[in-house]
Amino acid sequence: MPRLQKCMNIKLYLAAGTGGMFGAIARYGISVLFGTDHIFPYTTLFINLSGCFLISFLLYHPSLKQKLSPELFAAFSVGVIGAFTTFSTFAVETIQLMNSHMLLAAVYILLSVAGGILFCMLGFKVASRKWNIQ
Amino acid sequence: MNIFLIAIGGFFGSAARFYLSVKANKRLIGTWTANISGSFLLAVLLVLSEKEITPEWLWGLLGIGFCGSYTTFSTFGNEALQLIISNQYKKALGYILSSLIISIVIVFSVFRLFL
Repeated sequence: MPRLQKCMNIKLYLAAGTGGMFGAIARYGISVLFGTDHIFPYTTLFINLSGCFLISFLLYHPSLKQKLSPELFAAFSVGVIGAFTTFSTFAVETIQLMNSHMLLAAVYILLSVAGGILFCMLGFKVASRKWNIQ
Repeated sequence: MNIFLIAIGGFFGSAARFYLSVKANKRLIGTWTANISGSFLLAVLLVLSEKEITPEWLWGLLGIGFCGSYTTFSTFGNEALQLIISNQYKKALGYILSSLIISIVIVFSVFRLFL
């Protein structure tokens, strides 16, 4: 049994990692598409808010988790969406903004955090409403 | 920027964050640790990259790839929401503020000291 558990764990790690590859590429792709050389870092904001919606949709959807294998679920939740969104870039951009526009830095923090929770809420609502229709 | 390197960094970043969340056992701690340590690492990498001490490909591999994927905003937001939904407002506020303040102070210090 422990051996089976170990096998399972390795598969989950590989799944999370593989999903992370796609998440990272998607994040980079969007940053190239939108550009990052703006006064306000709205590219990261867009990435983080959309990721918040997606993760909650996935986590709170009543049937998605059952439909996906544990590996696929880890690949999408921990991997793709987890790696797509980023906290480190948010922290660095906040400091960079603080150096030029203190007020914009505060707006960036507020939009990211309050917006993030709001979009998580939205993902949760949309996921559960879909379930009601079925 | 080499997409292949970003993908490799993304693989290990995600796997490392998953490792932390499994090891931490308790909710929140894994993401909290990943976000703060990843912010520190990204700040250091940015300083090294701006001073042209490290090559550009390392920024792709570790900065965009690893740090970007190791830290996460979606789970951070979702964990905060879960605390709010279960009426643990104090814990939610503590989680959000400590993540924000500690990471921002660390990044600020790294920039101030070395950039």
